[in-house]
Amino acid sequence: MTSPSSSFWNTASREAMKSGMFVAKVYCFLHVTTNYLGFMAYAYGPSMIPTLHPSGNMLLAERISKRYQKPSRGDIVVIRSPENPNKTPIKRVVGVEGDCISFVIDPVKSDESQTIVVPKGHVFVQGDYTHNSRDSRNFGPVPYGLIQGRVLWRVWPFQDFGPLGPTPT
Amino acid sequence: MGIQNILWQVAKKSFTGSIIGLTISDRCCSVVPVRGDSMSPTFNPQRNSYLDDYVLVDKFCLKDYKFARGDVVVFSSPTHFGDRYIKRIVGMPGEWISSSRDVIRVPEGHCWVEGDNKTSSLDSRSFGPIPLGLIQGRVTRVMWPPQRISKIGR
Repeated sequence: MTSPSSSFWNTASREAMKSGMFVAKVYCFLHVTTNYLGFMAYAYGPSMIPTLHPSGNMLLAERISKRYQKPSRGDIVVIRSPENPNKTPIKRVVGVEGDCISFVIDPVKSDESQTIVVPKGHVFVQGDYTHNSRDSRNFGPVPYGLIQGRVLWRVWPFQDFGPLGPTPT
Repeated sequence: MGIQNILWQVAKKSFTGSIIGLTISDRCCSVVPVRGDSMSPTFNPQRNSYLDDYVLVDKFCLKDYKFARGDVVVFSSPTHFGDRYIKRIVGMPGEWISSSRDVIRVPEGHCWVEGDNKTSSLDSRSFGPIPLGLIQGRVTRVMWPPQRISKIGR
């Protein structure tokens, strides 16, 4: 009596299991890709003018190189902000460990400058548009552990599609 | 043909398994050993014992980085990239901490971590407050050895 309906439910549950496993596998694959290989980052705001547009950019960042080598001067990196761990600003590495960095504390108000030595295991990051950027001049050098990835390509907007790398500043 | 087929199946299964395992250990929880006696009464209570404690690390707290004073956390060292330490959060952002030299205020987005064994611990007293972004998980319970399975209090 119950065999048709039970076979229906058997098939349905098997199909549901199958599609559930498929979704889980896709999710896991995406997680591993974005956590170990590379990810898309969205950059917004004026701090990286003229390298990035203030109106918004999609960037492709990779996570592989930080495992094998230290970031070098000129790299554009995605960091986790030391002031608010939920924000991931994009800045340029200006100094690596052991470098002596002089910077103007607040270019808008005065030209008072300060010189620091970047401590071991840290990098000094700065926006390209120094007049409107919240970076290491405010919160100090950033540990390597906060670097999320190195920006490789600009993906969107399309008219500027291309690699983004170290440029002399 | 048969052996190739079996090898292909095994490779596919192990690839899928490793991906799922990595995702679970990143998103949900993982088990890590505790080395050294810097957290001595809580972990590794006996000096020089060959049985290191294994602890369960909860990763759900990384979604919004909400921590409380007294949480035991795993974080990557701010000075030595690649090292990971287990310490207890003693000061949250905005609190005043008296270190050995002077009284300082923990900056926004940072926390002050110290080991339970004050005499042999490398912690915020030497490298200062750490950014919350360095934290990689919260230790919730001891998993191994079996006689020490317990929850970690705040």
